[in-house]
This record gives sequence, C-alpha cells and structure tokens, in this order.
Amino acid sequence: MSIKYSDKVIDHFKSPRNVGDLPEADAVVTEGSPACGDMITFALKINPETRVIEDIRFRSFGCASNIATASMATLLAKGKTVDEVKTLKHHDITDALDGLPAVKLHCSVLALDGLKAAVHRWEIDHGLVDDETDILDKQHVWTALEDVINPRSGISVVDAKLITDLRVEPDEGSVFIEMLLCDLDERFAQAIEEEIREKVNALKGVKKVMVQFKPCQHAGH
Amino acid sequence: MIYFDNNDTTPLHPVVLDAMLPYFRDKFANPVSLHSLGLEAESAVGQARETIADAIGVKTKELIFTSGATESNNLAILGAARARPDRKHFVISRVEHASVLNVAGRLEKEGYRVTRLPVDGQGYIAVEALREAVDDDTFLVSIVHGNHEIGVIQDLRSLAEVAHERGAWFHTDAAQSLGKIPFDAGQLGVDLASFNGHKLHGPKGVGGLFVCRKTRPKRLMEGAEQEFDLRPGTENVPGIVGFARAVEVAVRDREEVAGHLLPLVERLADGLSELPDTRLNGPPPPERLPGNLNVTFLYIEGEAILMHLSNRGICVSSGSACSSKSLVPSTVLTAIGLLHEEAHGAIRFSLSRFNTAEEVEEVIGRTREVVELLRSMTAFVPELHSERKGGHGFYRPR
Repeated sequence: MSIKYSDKVIDHFKSPRNVGDLPEADAVVTEGSPACGDMITFALKINPETRVIEDIRFRSFGCASNIATASMATLLAKGKTVDEVKTLKHHDITDALDGLPAVKLHCSVLALDGLKAAVHRWEIDHGLVDDETDILDKQHVWTALEDVINPRSGISVVDAKLITDLRVEPDEGSVFIEMLLCDLDERFAQAIEEEIREKVNALKGVKKVMVQFKPCQHAGH
Repeated sequence: MIYFDNNDTTPLHPVVLDAMLPYFRDKFANPVSLHSLGLEAESAVGQARETIADAIGVKTKELIFTSGATESNNLAILGAARARPDRKHFVISRVEHASVLNVAGRLEKEGYRVTRLPVDGQGYIAVEALREAVDDDTFLVSIVHGNHEIGVIQDLRSLAEVAHERGAWFHTDAAQSLGKIPFDAGQLGVDLASFNGHKLHGPKGVGGLFVCRKTRPKRLMEGAEQEFDLRPGTENVPGIVGFARAVEVAVRDREEVAGHLLPLVERLADGLSELPDTRLNGPPPPERLPGNLNVTFLYIEGEAILMHLSNRGICVSSGSACSSKSLVPSTVLTAIGLLHEEAHGAIRFSLSRFNTAEEVEEVIGRTREVVELLRSMTAFVPELHSERKGGHGFYRPR
C-alpha cells in the first residue's frame, strides 16, 4: 500500500516552494476536480513586454505528489517566457523530481495542464489568442487522451495503443471511446474512466462522453 | 512513534511472543508425525483449537486454522458456492472487506447473481433489505461483523435469522470484532465466521474459520487431510499457538480494554471536532468497535495528512483515493453517502490497549497543526467547489 517517493518529492511536499496567492496576478486558473481529489491553482505575474513569468504561486488540494509536482512546476516556470512554458512536457516535472511512481504520474500531467491553462488564460485576456478557437474534432480528443496515464504502467493510454475506437459527433457534442482493459488493469478501470471523462469533458463542445472497456488478456507492456 | 493504525495490524502482545517462541525452537515438529515431538506439536494445536473454540462458543471440530481472514473468507464463500451448486445467488453488503467484495466479483464472472445491500448513513444494513434480497436461490449471505473502516457493528443475529428463513447459509467476517466485542457463534446464529490473529495482538499469517457442523463447504486446495479435510498443508504451529494465546488474553481483558479505549476515543473525537468542517464517519464511539474513529477533514486530502502526521511520528490510515491501490476512494465511505471530496479527506485513527491518554493529546495537537497547514494552502474553495456545505463543528452524515 505504501508509495515510495523520491527524496526530492518528499522535500517539495514538506517544504513546498511558492505556495499561496499573488495579489497582483495577471492570470489565475484552477485545474482538476474535487471528485478526483486533486486540484491545483496557479497564479501568474507575467511581464507583457518580455512575456516572462516574473512571479508565480500555487495552491493545492491533493496528495503529497500533487503538492510536490505543483511546487516543482512553479520552479520550472518562473523566469521562463510564456512560449517556453508551452514547450514543457510533463516528464520535465517528473524528471526534475527524480521520478514519480507510475500510479502518481497523473499528478505531473495535472500540474502541467494547470500551468499551460494559466498561460493560455493570460493570452486570451490579452487578446493574443482567440478563445473560441476550433470546433470539436477527433484530433482534440486524441490530444486529451494522450494525457490519460495508465496508473499501472505509467504510459499514456494513447502511447500504449489501448484506444481501439474513437467516434466524435461534433454536432451532438458526443464522444465515444472504446479502450482495451487488460486483466492487470481491472482494478484501475474506475480511475481510468474518471480520468478520461474529466479530460474529454473539458474540451469545448463536449456534452456526452461514453467509455466502453474491451477486456483482453494481458500481453505485457 | 505513536501507532494509531491498529485496525490495520497490531503489535504482538509480549505474552503471545513468549508462548510462540518454543514452537520455533525445540517444539518444531510437524503435528501429523507419530513420534513424540510430533505428538507434542499436535497437542499444542489441539489446545489452541480448544482455547479459541471455547472463546467463540463452538465445538473444537468446528474450528479450522487458515493463513488469515482473507483465506477464511475465500474458503467460506467459494467453498459454500461449490458445496451448493444448485443455488446461484450470493448476498453481501456494500461495506465488506476486499476479500469478500472481490470474491463476489469472481463469482459474478462465473455467472452468479450477486446482491450488494446498501447501508444507511452510519453504515448499518437494514434487516428488511436483506429479507427482500434473499431468495430460494441464495446459497450464502456474507456480512461483516465489525467494519474495518468506520467501526459499525451489524446486528448479525437478526440478519442470520432472515438468511436462514430461505435456507441460505450465513457467513460473517469477524476479523475486526473477535476479542473486541462479544462474539458467540451459537448465540449469533452464524454458520461460518472468519477470524484473524494479527488484529488482536497475535501473529500475522494465521487465522481461523468457524464451520458449523450443519454446513460443509468444499475445500479449495488439494493436499493431505489436515484441518478436518478442509484445509490441507502443514499447520503453522507457532502461529496457531500465538493466535490462541492472543484470543485468550483479548477475551479475558475485553471489558477492561474497552473501558480503557472509550474515553480515549471520545476525547480524540472531541479534540478533533474543535476544528471546523470536520465530520465523524460512522456511528458515535460507544456504538462502534472499541478504539476505532474515522474523521473527514474537508477541503484537504488524506494522503497528505497521513504523510505529514507520519513525519511527526504518528501512524494512521486514510480513505482517500490517492492512498489506495486502485485510485478510487474507500467504497465503505462512499457507501455511507460521502461525496468523493469528503472521502478523500478521511483519516482512520485506530487505537489499541497499548495507547495512552498522553498519546491522544499529542495526536489531537499534531492533527490540528497538519490540518491547518494543509487548509492554509488548499486550492479547494468551499463556495466554488463543494456540493455540500459543511458548516462548522462536528456534523453527522444525513
């Protein structure tokens, strides 16, 4: 039951960096949901001339690795430009923490999502990008699914080729996903489904998400 | 180090260790051997069986030794299913341990019907709900006696009666209750009951199953004829001796220990309730397993609380998804109506005879410190994110 964390994760959990609020923040965004038990709020101060993130704070509702990944995300973002933040990958956070258990990798995905959402919010507010960008299509759903990590293997369900069918009806806002569920992953079925729903429901225009599991024998990964 | 995780496992009682040691050293023989050393071991196992059978009010031939309550639950349920192939319905509750829930899942895959009885806000199963669920096709009803997370104690006597009206056998997982509250198999009217050594200051890796003479579950493993042909394999003699000694001591001291624990748990509940937005999960302390307390601290997450407490030398457990292996919050807590956000912040404190009033004060102080620290940095804004408004103080499930 116990989860083995690296010394760095424990350090950031015990002494999180940049916790709290930023009274003069240019963008404040909360990612995650109470039901999933993890949420992160980022507050950013961004220089409009240089587009550099000059200051950053976070708040966390979540486990030790949620706190540690958010803390590390603030260190990675501070002093970087908005465009540099956009190129960050979730493994950048994981690697900087000397790794995370597979079952906790979703925390660094959430931390990065939160960071990018805050940057995106700032761009929208400054008229740099259009809020109503595109209509729902398959590619958006694929991109969202790339962020859904199998908690056993630590590999995204897309990279592990677990998605066997994806149908999107943009007019109705409905998304149908069929996914292989190996016997070893059965205990994570509910967690994976909730993660998929959260990620896909966050896409613009999505009204209904259907997830169907297709049982399969474990073939190794 | 303050250990408040005794519903998970307990430290060995020193007298239990003393009882076990000779059976690792000089008295090491196999009870089936016919030589004098073997007979000595056989007699030790026989003595142990008598001690436990006496303690739970059954005949010695009705008690078999296993590797623990998980094995006992598997043997009782799967063994009953195999013994009664004409009946294909199984009834459990939503607050069972994984070793019952997952056996039910396996039977479902084999084509069995499984009914999972709901519980009320404190975790109680309604006898009427069982009456509606059980039918002539039900081979077994399995209901936990004392719940491992919220300490709720079920009225087994009434439930067993209802099961028997339709010819179903009745099994209970008594791993948490043996030695803590009265358990008399005859009086409760149960047909099968699972026990464990390590929840009552006995050793790990040993447990028991009461099998009423009238029932005859099929064995699950093939081997020699040990344990009345129900559970083959050389007996764990030191474990069995220790288990019996632990039961003997627990039953002997039961009232005294319960009397020691109640004021401790009540003080703990009172001390923690001074924190706002805190919720007691399960019945009030006098009505639950002695030593058990389960509290939700809203707006924060259990694993973070647990780890901060651990860094301060305090061991507890959590009902949050993040500390579970499946990333899903405790099924017991969601069964009593907690929202996920409420289950995530749940901490179980479970005390034993070895805990003291000073430790309770230390845990209250440290828990307040940790809860206030985590709340000061939470991203959870009740007005924005909570589906249910807490209010201040210790509030009860609706």
